Amino acid sequence: MIEPMHVETDVLVIGAGGAGMYAAIEAARAGRTVLLADRSLIGRGGATVMAQMTVAVALGEETPDHWTHHLHDTITAGRGLCEESLARLLCEEGPDCIRQMDAWGVGWARRDGHIAQAMAPGHDRPRCAYVDFLNTGPAVSKTLRTVVNKTAGIRKAGDLVIIDLVRVDGEVAGATALHLSSGNAVTIAAKATIVATGGLTRLYRRNSASANMGGDGYALALRAGAPLIDMEFVQFFPIGHLAPRLIGMDPIMWDPFRYKLGGRLLNGLGQEFTSRYGSDEDGAYVLTRDLATYAIIKEVEAGRGSPHGGAYLSFEHCPEGALREAFGPVIDRLAANHIDLTKMPVEVAPIAHYHMGGIAVDARMETGIPGLLAAGEAVGGANGANRLSGNAVTEALVFGRRAGRSAAERATRIDAQPFRQQAARSAIELATAGRDAERTELPNSAEMILSLQDTMADDVGAFRTGPKLERAIARLDNLARDLGERPFGDRAPFDMPRIDWLDLRNMVLVARTVARAALRRTESRGAHQREDFPGMLPQWRVNQVVRWRDGALDISAVPPAADMSANLAAAQ
Amino acid sequence: MTATARLKIWRGRDADAGGFETYEVPFEPGQSVLDGLRWIRAHRDPTLAVRFSCINANACKECMVEIDGATHYACTERLEPREMTVEPLSNKALLRDLVTEIAPPGERFRG
Repeated sequence: MIEPMHVETDVLVIGAGGAGMYAAIEAARAGRTVLLADRSLIGRGGATVMAQMTVAVALGEETPDHWTHHLHDTITAGRGLCEESLARLLCEEGPDCIRQMDAWGVGWARRDGHIAQAMAPGHDRPRCAYVDFLNTGPAVSKTLRTVVNKTAGIRKAGDLVIIDLVRVDGEVAGATALHLSSGNAVTIAAKATIVATGGLTRLYRRNSASANMGGDGYALALRAGAPLIDMEFVQFFPIGHLAPRLIGMDPIMWDPFRYKLGGRLLNGLGQEFTSRYGSDEDGAYVLTRDLATYAIIKEVEAGRGSPHGGAYLSFEHCPEGALREAFGPVIDRLAANHIDLTKMPVEVAPIAHYHMGGIAVDARMETGIPGLLAAGEAVGGANGANRLSGNAVTEALVFGRRAGRSAAERATRIDAQPFRQQAARSAIELATAGRDAERTELPNSAEMILSLQDTMADDVGAFRTGPKLERAIARLDNLARDLGERPFGDRAPFDMPRIDWLDLRNMVLVARTVARAALRRTESRGAHQREDFPGMLPQWRVNQVVRWRDGALDISAVPPAADMSANLAAAQ
Repeated sequence: MTATARLKIWRGRDADAGGFETYEVPFEPGQSVLDGLRWIRAHRDPTLAVRFSCINANACKECMVEIDGATHYACTERLEPREMTVEPLSNKALLRDLVTEIAPPGERFRG
């Protein structure tokens, strides 16, 4: 076996999206050395760069506002399950982070000399800042990349797929990785490790995030002993682009059009239909995501869907000048895709968009396993059973900053690296082992990923039943069997079957946590809708906690805590 | 008969010791070249090395390759029902198949 390459750092940040970059900046500013690792390019993968929409924050620039109003809306949307200390942190520190981004030159859209804030569903007043046109995420990413590049003490390392965290004496002491461009194993000793890998939308066939959001951070944390919470709550974005085929644009692009211009949601017969499901839009855009997803899926089930199995979204009533004013060059990009909004509707359908659940942390972003922190979408609990529009980028920035500070404090406090190479041995083996000689024919790893995505979309999607969830769990068991214990692939740069195998190892584990938690929750709440158990039940006002114990998943229920640290202490 | 695209793809780990392989890909109007490459991985050969993160949004900027001799993003170049030649970037170090070392030097891992 070729010896792995080894590096040491004070703080290891896994994932270079919005949360990871902000964490790296903050830890480095506190004087610590940082290794900012990502499985692809720095600051270009993940979800932040894909966010074309808005950032919810109580700046009070558009109308008077206070973070407590934002918190009230966040908790209401969360259907009783928000981890209040995290929701509060998001809302209270959001304005500071957004103004910091402004000072760093992100370029929030302005109107009459102030930062423009748009109205979005679920907010009680205009609260959502943005960067024109459809450029919020790219601008946030670019700004953070620039600051990362200017901050001393941050080493950047792309093409590193983290295989497992290294656990020594009950603490996390770094990680083991596969370096894609060489095919070598890498061990990283770190005094503090921040998981900022985003969510799990890649588990679904149709999703709005990038291909590297396969829930890997959840799997890393779970295997290292940290609990996950609220895994059953996957947010579907109701109006993801469906048809005609559109390239060069993210499928969630229609939301800002609706913020600015309303737009009409119509069924296959050309009728407005959301009022049938208890909410009348009346030309404005007020429907929350869970209700809109429900309405569209039910129309399709009733045989009133659009040709590709969704709903129509029409801006045909908007004058061309208004479209051009609101979206400028985006209109030309649509024209290149043969879409003229003045003459035709587009088809939209729900698409996996965000995950409310994730790694359980306290308000310092610490997991309860010393040395292991989390940030951004990887964190569970802040948004409860349903996330408000605009809270995702805010939590990326706020939680990233907080995690960076906490990690730096720990790295300052402890002297020696707790890392031991022996503890990394099994993960090094996964990075470098040859294929299982006893298996003559291996399945196609890329096809297995599609199969997992189909299973999750068909049976663990926005609407669930007991039998469907049980079928999904059985299919995931089959996938786990096909996967086996030894990775596929040769040992070379960009060994795609090995990358798929390592991804599937995480995806199957995380998919099981979602399906198992969803099967247990015999009620409907927020983004978790059970057709066999409609309605919200008071006894289910609990967070489900998933732990990895003796090689098996252990799920328990705890009442929502005002402060997660009590639960984390109990978990030890 | 349904239309197909023929993707003639350069394969290899060494720029001097590779060659082309041709794959027939089912063609649907509106698809991207990246859609075709992903179809090949899932249905013909999972070892085909190609890098991308965002799939569709042209946000990650990772899928840059040479298509019929010109540099394009595979995610925004349309698949066409004819033979198309796909090669790795000729001005970057080859890693494998269509993957080249595109990260800025300061963002690469160094042991």
